[in-house]
Amino acid sequence: MNGSPLRLDLQLIAEMVEPKTRVLDIGCGDGALLKHLALTKDVDGRGIELSPEGVAASVTQGLSVIQGDADTDLTDYPTGAFDYVVLSQTLPAVRRPKAVLLELLRIGKHALVSIPNFGHWRVRWSLMLGGRMPVTPIFAETWHETAIIHPCTIADFEALCRELDLAIVRRVAVRQDGNGSFETADTLVNLFAEQAVFLLGRG
Amino acid sequence: MNESALLGKPRAISPAHVVDARAAFDKPLMLDCGVELSPYTIAYQTYGRLNADRSNAILICHALTMDQYVASPHPITGKPGWWVDGVGPGLTIDTDRYFVICSNVVGGCMGTTGPMDINPKTGKPYGLDFPVITIGDMVRAQAALLDYLGVPDLFCVIGGSMGAMQVLEWAAAFPKRVFTAVAIAGAARHSAQNIAFHEVGRQAIMADPNWMGGAYYAHGTRPTAGLAVARMAAHITYLSEAALHRKFGRNLQDRSRVTFGFDADFQVESYLRHQGSTFVDRFDANSYLYITRALDYFDLAAEHGGVLANAFRGTTTRFCVISFTSDWLYPTRESREVVRALNGVAANVSFVEVETDKGHDAFLLGEPHFEATLAGFIAGAAAHRGLAW
Repeated sequence: MNGSPLRLDLQLIAEMVEPKTRVLDIGCGDGALLKHLALTKDVDGRGIELSPEGVAASVTQGLSVIQGDADTDLTDYPTGAFDYVVLSQTLPAVRRPKAVLLELLRIGKHALVSIPNFGHWRVRWSLMLGGRMPVTPIFAETWHETAIIHPCTIADFEALCRELDLAIVRRVAVRQDGNGSFETADTLVNLFAEQAVFLLGRG
Repeated sequence: MNESALLGKPRAISPAHVVDARAAFDKPLMLDCGVELSPYTIAYQTYGRLNADRSNAILICHALTMDQYVASPHPITGKPGWWVDGVGPGLTIDTDRYFVICSNVVGGCMGTTGPMDINPKTGKPYGLDFPVITIGDMVRAQAALLDYLGVPDLFCVIGGSMGAMQVLEWAAAFPKRVFTAVAIAGAARHSAQNIAFHEVGRQAIMADPNWMGGAYYAHGTRPTAGLAVARMAAHITYLSEAALHRKFGRNLQDRSRVTFGFDADFQVESYLRHQGSTFVDRFDANSYLYITRALDYFDLAAEHGGVLANAFRGTTTRFCVISFTSDWLYPTRESREVVRALNGVAANVSFVEVETDKGHDAFLLGEPHFEATLAGFIAGAAAHRGLAW
């Protein structure tokens, strides 16, 4: 955990967080992002994590993390309690993505959401020609192993944001190797980006 | 981690850094029942030294049948302190770094004023004339002790079971005096089931003819049979079905077949009888009545307009809540209620449910995940406090 580089989408998220802010990381895993933000941006961070191992790893590092579930435990938090609420790679794994997304922007002034892009050409290729659910670098697990129950494309996610009247303040879409950032206006982003990070605001 | 910890040999706390003392107070303790308790005495132990900034104090709140002998041998039983694995040089609560305080609760029987002490109005032991005390009263007495010791505020207040209730009460009543609060295997109120078990224990004591309406001190007797039964019933609630099965199963005690009688044929019976008979040597039956009553009356939400979150509104304390999967006395959902209330006021809270089959008493049994989590939380909080060594 120490010394190992931060996962790509977490690096992108960390870059978007202003220093000395309050951050809630939902599905914080072993606390890598919270630790990084505490050390580099003096952030007052909190986390929610489902797995007991992740919670123990986080708290053992001195991070404030609770064992909880994004689908059920967000209602406890007061409105506007955080500057940023982070949901990294977790949205396709929750039971009610729409409700969770709305909760993020109730609790936080901003939401930082990263999603794996199911619209990437490799995914389409696998499904179209192979007729099989894709196993790619970012969708690394088979259909029966993966926690992803609501896969979506970048275009799907942006459509949902429009439907919910959420403002996309910033979007960074990248290939898995971190290279080839796509501009917001780029029409090919949904085909060539493997994942995207969105900074959302209330519409 | 220091050298002796690496070598796996815990160092004993230097006797020069252990204080075993009593503080006498003339100023009355205002009790929740409306009575003023005066004078009163608090028996306590301290370990380690208060730093120059007076910023390194940790108050350990003990559970129902524990006392201030947290890391020193018990004067009656001679057994090691009840948290000797967690409190000491280089341990989770490091007495080389922290000034550790543990005091016997009001109503107790290990030196703090309780029902076995002399009532100044009558010149006889209080017995049932002792006023009913609450968790809030215990905490106010501890606050008076801190004033006496010259400790302005606590780096940490920590406790399991009834100790956790005192921790929550501390955080609610004296938020400015509590930098971190660690509530282990506790709850913000006593459930109907908790009250029910306590009532069984109290009725066992009161049904003992030697109890004599609580005035047994004058007769040279003690309701040991009733108190032992109370302890046996309570002890079952501290364990879990899985732990009892693992330890005892249906194994027979020193015999190859059942005796068709009422001896302790089964190991579990023998174990419980032992728990009961050793308990009565070190505990006063009336204290048991009073302290269980204090637990039953505890309801932190009710003290704050029926909304638990109100107890913590505006708090800057860093909280750590820990529960155990197999604890059915204070199950995880009770801890989760506390966490929900803390989240509701955007408090700084960590919450871990530790996987164990050891039941409620897991907090006393050195679960490695529990100790590691706790050590990490305390170290992180110390960094935020600016404590350095």
